[in-house]
Amino acid sequence: MSIVLSAQHLNKYFYDPDKFQVLTDVSFNVQKGEFLSIVGKSGCGKSTLLYLLSTMDTEYEGQIEMAGTKLTGRGQDFLAHFRNEHLGFVFQFHFLLPEFSALQNVMLPGLKLGKYPEKEIEERAMEKLRLIGMDTYARKPASKLSGGQQQRVAIARALINDPTIIMGDEPTGNLDRANTENVFDIFRDLASKGQTIIAVTHDPDFAAGTNRTIEMSDGLIIGNHENKIQ
Amino acid sequence: MDIRIASQIARTHLLAKKRQTLVAMLGVTFGIAMFITMISFMQGVNQFLEDSALDASPHIRMYNEVNTQRPGLIEQLNPGKFNVIYHQKPKDEQSRIKNGMTIAERIERAPGVLGVSPQVATQAFYNNGPIQISGTISGVDIDRENRLYKLTTRLKSGNLNTLKTNPDGLIMGSVLAEKLNVRVGDKVTVTTPKGGIRTLRVVGTFGFGIGTVDNTKSFGNLSTVQEMLQRDPSYITDIHIKMFDPLQAIPFGKQLRAMYGYYTEDWAKANTAILAGEKIRNMLTYVVSITLLVVAGFGIYNIMNMTVINKIKDIAILKATGFEGRDIIAIFLLQAIFIGFTGGLLGLGIGFGLSYLLSITPFDAGGFISIKTFPVIFEPKYYIMGLLFGVVTTVLAGYFPSKKASQVDPVSILRG
Repeated sequence: MSIVLSAQHLNKYFYDPDKFQVLTDVSFNVQKGEFLSIVGKSGCGKSTLLYLLSTMDTEYEGQIEMAGTKLTGRGQDFLAHFRNEHLGFVFQFHFLLPEFSALQNVMLPGLKLGKYPEKEIEERAMEKLRLIGMDTYARKPASKLSGGQQQRVAIARALINDPTIIMGDEPTGNLDRANTENVFDIFRDLASKGQTIIAVTHDPDFAAGTNRTIEMSDGLIIGNHENKIQ
Repeated sequence: MDIRIASQIARTHLLAKKRQTLVAMLGVTFGIAMFITMISFMQGVNQFLEDSALDASPHIRMYNEVNTQRPGLIEQLNPGKFNVIYHQKPKDEQSRIKNGMTIAERIERAPGVLGVSPQVATQAFYNNGPIQISGTISGVDIDRENRLYKLTTRLKSGNLNTLKTNPDGLIMGSVLAEKLNVRVGDKVTVTTPKGGIRTLRVVGTFGFGIGTVDNTKSFGNLSTVQEMLQRDPSYITDIHIKMFDPLQAIPFGKQLRAMYGYYTEDWAKANTAILAGEKIRNMLTYVVSITLLVVAGFGIYNIMNMTVINKIKDIAILKATGFEGRDIIAIFLLQAIFIGFTGGLLGLGIGFGLSYLLSITPFDAGGFISIKTFPVIFEPKYYIMGLLFGVVTTVLAGYFPSKKASQVDPVSILRG
């Protein structure tokens, strides 16, 4: 097993309204093919940590390395390209582009990467939608889908470029039990095929099903334990 | 590849809010349509004024400026001393151009010269019964003069050729003829300042549409006017020159002046007021048009700003999924360019329509000015300029909101 993500001594401050330390000396490594969950109470800094790992938030101290690339101190364009190629996101709230169809939403990051011709990207997008059970809604505009449906499309979008790491902020937050299990199984399956999943969650059952759980409180890692998989 | 996705997203955004897009477009359309209409009309007016001024006046007029200032003999011998001279009379200097005919022939052979007309011009009194009106009479070679001023097209009545067969013929300004109450065939007595009196027969009337010409001027035969002034057949006071290119006249005039030593006046100097008016009208056109476009630009700026604010979540998502700042700029700038370009094209169409309507609108100038409809010129140059203005304005107006969009921090939006 190789290390696909390494976070070293991360410190993060919020300055508004007062200086406040959100993360304190957070360090951990993630192995390739690992399904990792980050848990903790609201405000413990777990989402903040995820946004640092997502490379979108660049104001921190410490060092982040992913897929063998040091990401600390890189320019925005480099990071954008890196995200496009190596990272997939599922956000806390379903975030699709409302004017586009579900299929187009899934295709966009693929078109941006430009690794495959458009025809093939469309096929791949359909395949991802089928995986998540949304293929029948492919042509529907995103604004006409329910919250849960949008979230599932967002998951399909996160998968389109076969990213090295998939990150989710409450990826199943809007889903019912059956769909949560479905998404969970998909994540497990992807992890077993070598993709890495990092999910921030409130759900203890969800966390219990992952390979490893990092527990956070007040910006510190207070627990880091392997889960026994059934 | 990137531009294709950006344009796809831009198109979707534009189509999603058709009404807003249309309103933004109409702003540009209106600006450009007004620009086209105004500039076509203003340039038409300029062209018309310039044409009528240029048609009636030579490109270069060469004449002998009679210099009446003359230092006294004592003054010359005793400069700077206490000299007193009373009632010094000016020297009798003729306004003749020496060897005028030869000079005219030589100028005629120069390249770029359309025509040369040597002539004798003098003040005159026109008498018809009790009416006495002062004016000018030019003794000309009517064929040469016709070549310069297209007199045939300016004739209101009569015939140019009659002047050639009748040495005592006179072609008179139409307004002058009206004032004297004479028509073709009537006789007029003409008195020169030197006292020569001659009765001439009106064989034609002309109208240039310019008061100072139509009110005062007549054309007679060169030899007849020379006789009236009691001069010899080589007596020439003015040489009128027309060039193929009016702009060439200015350097050519200077050259002639240096060559022959006579005073030359080019059309630009003679029509300073018209040219100044032209500059002012141009200025006015550009100021108004640019104001309209700036207003349209602010409209687009506003709409694009609103779009960026409305789409801030989308921007955050696009950035999160790997779109770079320049992709975001492209998305929004393309929208602005589309609005500017289509709005501009529409504006060109409407501008053309308005100009065309104006150009067929009857304009009653009282039969005095030779014009029936508003003068409008259709010049592709202005259409290209209008479109360029429109696109540049919208690009500028769209750039700043796009720049702002590209600087959106996705984290602060996605965290909620």
